[in-house]
Amino acid sequence: MIQKTILNDTHRALGAKMVDFGGWDMPIHYGSQIEEHHQVRRDAGMFDVSHMTVVDLRGARVREFLRRLVANSVDKLKKPGKALYTCMLNPQGGVVDDLIVYYMSEDFFRLVVNAATRDKDLAWIAAQATAFDVEVVERPEFGMIAVQGPTARDRVIGLLREEDRGRVGKLTRFAAAEAKTETGVDLFVARTGYTGEDGFEVIVPEADAVAFWNALLEAGVKPAGLGARDTLRLEAGMNLYGQDMDDGVSPYEAALGWTVALDGDRDFVGRDVLEQQKASGAPRQMIGLVMDEKGVLRHGQKVLTPHGEGEILSGTFSPTLGKAIAFARVPAGEIAAGVEGGVRVDIRGREVPVRVVKFPFVRDGQPQDGVLA
Amino acid sequence: MSEIPGDLKFMKSHEWARVEGDGKVTVGISDHAQGLLGDLVYVELPNVGDRVEAGTACAVVESVKAASDVYAPVSGTVVETNAALADKPETINEDAYGEGWLFTVEIEEAEQLNELLGPDDYAELLEDDDH
Repeated sequence: MIQKTILNDTHRALGAKMVDFGGWDMPIHYGSQIEEHHQVRRDAGMFDVSHMTVVDLRGARVREFLRRLVANSVDKLKKPGKALYTCMLNPQGGVVDDLIVYYMSEDFFRLVVNAATRDKDLAWIAAQATAFDVEVVERPEFGMIAVQGPTARDRVIGLLREEDRGRVGKLTRFAAAEAKTETGVDLFVARTGYTGEDGFEVIVPEADAVAFWNALLEAGVKPAGLGARDTLRLEAGMNLYGQDMDDGVSPYEAALGWTVALDGDRDFVGRDVLEQQKASGAPRQMIGLVMDEKGVLRHGQKVLTPHGEGEILSGTFSPTLGKAIAFARVPAGEIAAGVEGGVRVDIRGREVPVRVVKFPFVRDGQPQDGVLA
Repeated sequence: MSEIPGDLKFMKSHEWARVEGDGKVTVGISDHAQGLLGDLVYVELPNVGDRVEAGTACAVVESVKAASDVYAPVSGTVVETNAALADKPETINEDAYGEGWLFTVEIEEAEQLNELLGPDDYAELLEDDDH
């Protein structure tokens, strides 16, 4: 049966076009995906991301458990509230999921995992946790709203009670804090997001989620659908699980090498495979592409490079750039930037030249160097 | 639901055809179709002089979300295409039955028009889709 978030009726009342999103009935847009995209880049927009799952880990050995579970090092988390983006790997070095780990206290860490991988993740985490006597508790009673854009933080802070405003305003990127609204609602406010803009992801008790959403609306934050979230995150150079990586792809093959910490002799799942890839090179690589011709790059299109064939992973029309952009996974090997890379994409039988660029494509609303050529 | 113009014929796959009276037929996609696709960002049209065949794909409309084939409602030769769409594909979102037309065909067999749906039948089809 299709699942609904607590905000389902609210989305419908706002005129959302709803779609089946990995088993969840979610808004794809509220009229225009492109307008919602620009709204987030220029001002502030909000996304219902309540389909994502909060998982709380408790026990004396949680940190030790996470040292084993994830490829990034939780020892980077020194102050309560700090967050870490990481992949959790299988023994073959493939990505089970990408997630955020929040350090709450020494016996309490919080994970936020993807919606579509929820069951698989929970089973995997629970199986690994038994040896460490860690309690794994899913928290479906929370809603989650991402407020993103240059004015997003101010608008959220304006809804907090006086004494919490300063503290939440001072949160650094990838840090979180608990706070209350003026009406006394408990929030977990994290300065994270998935759009390349500043903003907060706010975890709110389900019972208060609709009122909080409506308060944000009144504060001038416009609703944005998962369609805009997808174009924003691709512009921001962020991976989407299931499209840009999965169980058969290592972090090195997904341009996520920066999230891998081969620190000391920490024995995390998949480490031996990653060490081997680090030493001799991963067989494939992920590259960023921009197409200057009209048209749209799409998932699954064939990509031709001097080193062999690959395929488009995420591909879309970038509203900020007015051009098609994409990630592609191609065989390993040096590829020059720009059209000199000799990379082409097969679009309905036509080989269209594309430029190889560094990503992110867009950061803080601005096209990055070399992206517009 | 938007008004469906009474002078149009439709395909089940949501293309419309308007008989221009001089043996020519103008083709577009329905307002319902543009709504399903969302913001259109690219249109690939046939070339003037191309022959298109009824029921086969002859153009592509791409929204941010997806690429969709456009099928020819009738067979014939393309005599004009809507060049303005190259720079403003969103015109289809704004005016699917007017400025957002795609191309005009010189029709070969007028009888093919009889196989298309009338406005009422098309409206009924959309209602059934909704349930």
